[in-house]
Amino acid sequence: MTVGSVTGVDRPVDIHLTVSSGEVVAIVGDNGAGTSTLVKILSGVHAPTSGTIRFGGDPVTLPTPQASLDRGIATVFQDLALCDNLDVVANLFLGQEKRKLNLDEIGMEVRSWELLRQLSAKIPSVRIPIASLSGGQRQTVAIARSLLGEPKLIILDEPTAALGVAQTAEVLNLVERLRDRGLGVILVSHNMEDVKAVADRVVVLRLGRNNGEFRVGEVTTEEIISAITGATDNAVSRRASGRAGAEEGAAS
Amino acid sequence: MTTAIPTDLQDERLRADTGLAGAARASLGRIRDGDLGLLPVIAGLIIIWTIFQILNPVFLSPRNLSDLLMQSAPVGVIALGIVFVLLVGEIDLSVGSISGLSAAIFAVQYVNNGLALPLAILLAVLTGAVIGWVYGQIYNRVGVPSFVISLAGLLGFLGLQLYVLGPDGTINIPFDSPLVLLGQLLYVPDWLAYALAAVTVAVFVVQRVAGARRRRAAGLSAPTIGVIVVQAAILAAVLVAAALYLYQASGVGWMFVFFVALVLVANYALTRTSWGRAFFAVGGNREAARRSGIRVRAIYTSAFIASATLAAVGGLLAAGRLSSAAQSSGAGDVNLNAIAAAVIGGTSLFGGRGSAFSALLGILVISSISSGLTLLNLDSSIRYMVTGAVVLIAVALDALARRSRSSHGRA
Repeated sequence: MTVGSVTGVDRPVDIHLTVSSGEVVAIVGDNGAGTSTLVKILSGVHAPTSGTIRFGGDPVTLPTPQASLDRGIATVFQDLALCDNLDVVANLFLGQEKRKLNLDEIGMEVRSWELLRQLSAKIPSVRIPIASLSGGQRQTVAIARSLLGEPKLIILDEPTAALGVAQTAEVLNLVERLRDRGLGVILVSHNMEDVKAVADRVVVLRLGRNNGEFRVGEVTTEEIISAITGATDNAVSRRASGRAGAEEGAAS
Repeated sequence: MTTAIPTDLQDERLRADTGLAGAARASLGRIRDGDLGLLPVIAGLIIIWTIFQILNPVFLSPRNLSDLLMQSAPVGVIALGIVFVLLVGEIDLSVGSISGLSAAIFAVQYVNNGLALPLAILLAVLTGAVIGWVYGQIYNRVGVPSFVISLAGLLGFLGLQLYVLGPDGTINIPFDSPLVLLGQLLYVPDWLAYALAAVTVAVFVVQRVAGARRRRAAGLSAPTIGVIVVQAAILAAVLVAAALYLYQASGVGWMFVFFVALVLVANYALTRTSWGRAFFAVGGNREAARRSGIRVRAIYTSAFIASATLAAVGGLLAAGRLSSAAQSSGAGDVNLNAIAAAVIGGTSLFGGRGSAFSALLGILVISSISSGLTLLNLDSSIRYMVTGAVVLIAVALDALARRSRSSHGRA
């Protein structure tokens, strides 16, 4: 998928982004950098005012959340949107139950176990209410639900923000499994360790614009952070790079 | 792999609660964690019956219990409607007025204007449905809390009821009209009652066995035949004992059977259809329901329609029971009794938890208290105070169980 210079509604953004299948792209940025706007545009919550989105080579428009889902773009929002009082099966199939007038509980339960097994998820039972599950397990259920529609691209908005150490590792494993299944993953995160641990590429946004793109193997946390905070884009750094350029020019 | 572990029991952290002992152990664990289900209301019912029986031996007589069931049906139907609005986390305080208005419309059309009985009933019930639809529109489009909408409705429709009844204030419904017969005289013959009990148990067993076989075929855990047989035996024993006892007097009235049938239909709708599932979802997390593609507004509207329609039906049954529609129809404690019945039965005021059966069991508690105090020659002043205390206990239990559930990690 390619996003070419989309311009947001609630905040001016001008972002380029490319994601291939089987690739995890992390999007990092400080508050107000435009990450949320980008997620909203891709999930169809907000329509962009200009710019192009290409999916599988074709230009697409994503006017509604449903349109986004139909294209195969699934989004797991930070608040997960699960019903605490319903069990795992009911949550997975909420709004898309099998057999509306005589719910196919058995079919749905079997499908739930299939999904969770594919993700190697550790859920003790699918017949307990979501309230009984840990934060990591809830994240797993939310991701499993987004897989029901057989998406090609999955957007995870701060999946580890509220999790402990072990649960974070669980979710990161899950992200790797999604990649191994050939899905494109967009990972929005503030956590550099998670980003370095799981992403293939890091796209840094700052003040609504691209501010650097790195391959994870070739970049240090400090470099990413300075791109986020804008330390690479100020008078001092510009002057430093200007001098370096001048010295190179002088040397040749 | 003949002894394969069922798909849903492969996690090593699960206790394998299989067989009879396992089923008993699982229920005990649920209760300890605050997932009380229908247990408090059943325990409460037993306590109340024991106390009143000690105070007055007439209380548990077949005659009195038979009357008690008949007495329960009208407000029970109203309470069933309340379950729908409570499930989505809303409230309808005007069900009493709506039931009175429905009785008034029916009496005026049927008695004064000579309209055919089915048409008069249809008109009254449709009035309820339209009121519920209007509530839904106001709630969805203007955003007025249901508490306020229905408080306004409580006054407004009481006024409309008085207006419809006109200067006389009371309209008597002829004793030979089918509605009054249903409310006062029509009892299920004893052979049919036993047949109904047998059919109920048979349907229960067939459904459970078929369900268990399908689950096993799909590689899931399923209750063993032993568990099903024990459950069926308990069900059969309760039904047959109740029938044997009640048929020493007039037995079970058709009106009560109608109420139970409504409860069973509502239970199916709430637990086995996506429409019912949406009620729990909206009550549990409205935003999650909306993002799942559930039409949240339509669910709210249908909850208000269900509540007001069932209130209208309950009003008709009450009119049949009293053989009149009066200015006092649906007034007084009808509102509170209906809401109290749903809450006592275990439907949460906080939304997202409850069952259609809570209306049935809750109204039995309310009617038992009312009947017991009447037998003791205590007037309504005491009855109001005792009912008030019971409601408070029920809501406190709801709140405490909720706290226990959250500390034990159950919804």
